[in-house]
Amino acid sequence: MPKQNTAPQLPRHGNHTNQKTDLFAPVDVDLRDPLVATFLAWLWPGAGHLYQQRYGKAILFMACILSIFFFGFAIGGGRVVYASWKKEDRRLPYLCQLCIGAPALPALVQNYRVTRGRTALFNGVMAPPRHVNPEHRDELAEWHEKYQFELGTVFTMIAGLLNVLAIYDAGAGPVFTPPDTKRDKPPPPEANDR
Amino acid sequence: MESMLLSNVARFWFAIPLIIAISLVYAATRHELMEPILIHAWRIAVWIVSFMAIVFAILLAVETIWL
Repeated sequence: MPKQNTAPQLPRHGNHTNQKTDLFAPVDVDLRDPLVATFLAWLWPGAGHLYQQRYGKAILFMACILSIFFFGFAIGGGRVVYASWKKEDRRLPYLCQLCIGAPALPALVQNYRVTRGRTALFNGVMAPPRHVNPEHRDELAEWHEKYQFELGTVFTMIAGLLNVLAIYDAGAGPVFTPPDTKRDKPPPPEANDR
Repeated sequence: MESMLLSNVARFWFAIPLIIAISLVYAATRHELMEPILIHAWRIAVWIVSFMAIVFAILLAVETIWL
């Protein structure tokens, strides 16, 4: 049975037939199966919303999150998303990047191959650096010099963290907020409403 | 001596796509319909830009006066 959004009930303002006064009022959202939607939202930004037939938000999440991710990936030369758990190079930003799902998953495959002595696929894209020695000029230092490595890392991390918000929205629906400015507040109830 | 802050102004262009994406995604988690999402996103973007401008002005003042 489809599950409705369980957002807390906020006071609804004004006349509900009036589009203008209801602009910020909570609306009922059919979340279908929230667990499936949550998983799909993690797997690919916007996919959970597509499953829920919330097409506008699906396109918005997909466009915003993926464009930020791939922009960061591009300015980082395709090197900023990699998984590494070596003592001298523990790649913690990957935990944020992994929140974007499938686009960051090839890094796990590359890490698996490289740590077992095999050659990395796709010309080393998303593969961890081969030699890490913080006391000397290593491959990681070359990446920092050659690409916008820090900026690319920040962009891809933010994309992953933004997808956490999208995942929550797919699983629990929007967190409706009441109008926060005087301009949005509906007119006070008229005397004949009493 | 050239200001370090002003010499790196070109890098501020990188903030624009971030501000747009963050505003839209955050606003989309607060509303369901597109119109309130866009209104809320615009407000968040203005807020972020204002905050960044204030921090920039403070840092520039500190750099100019003390450094």
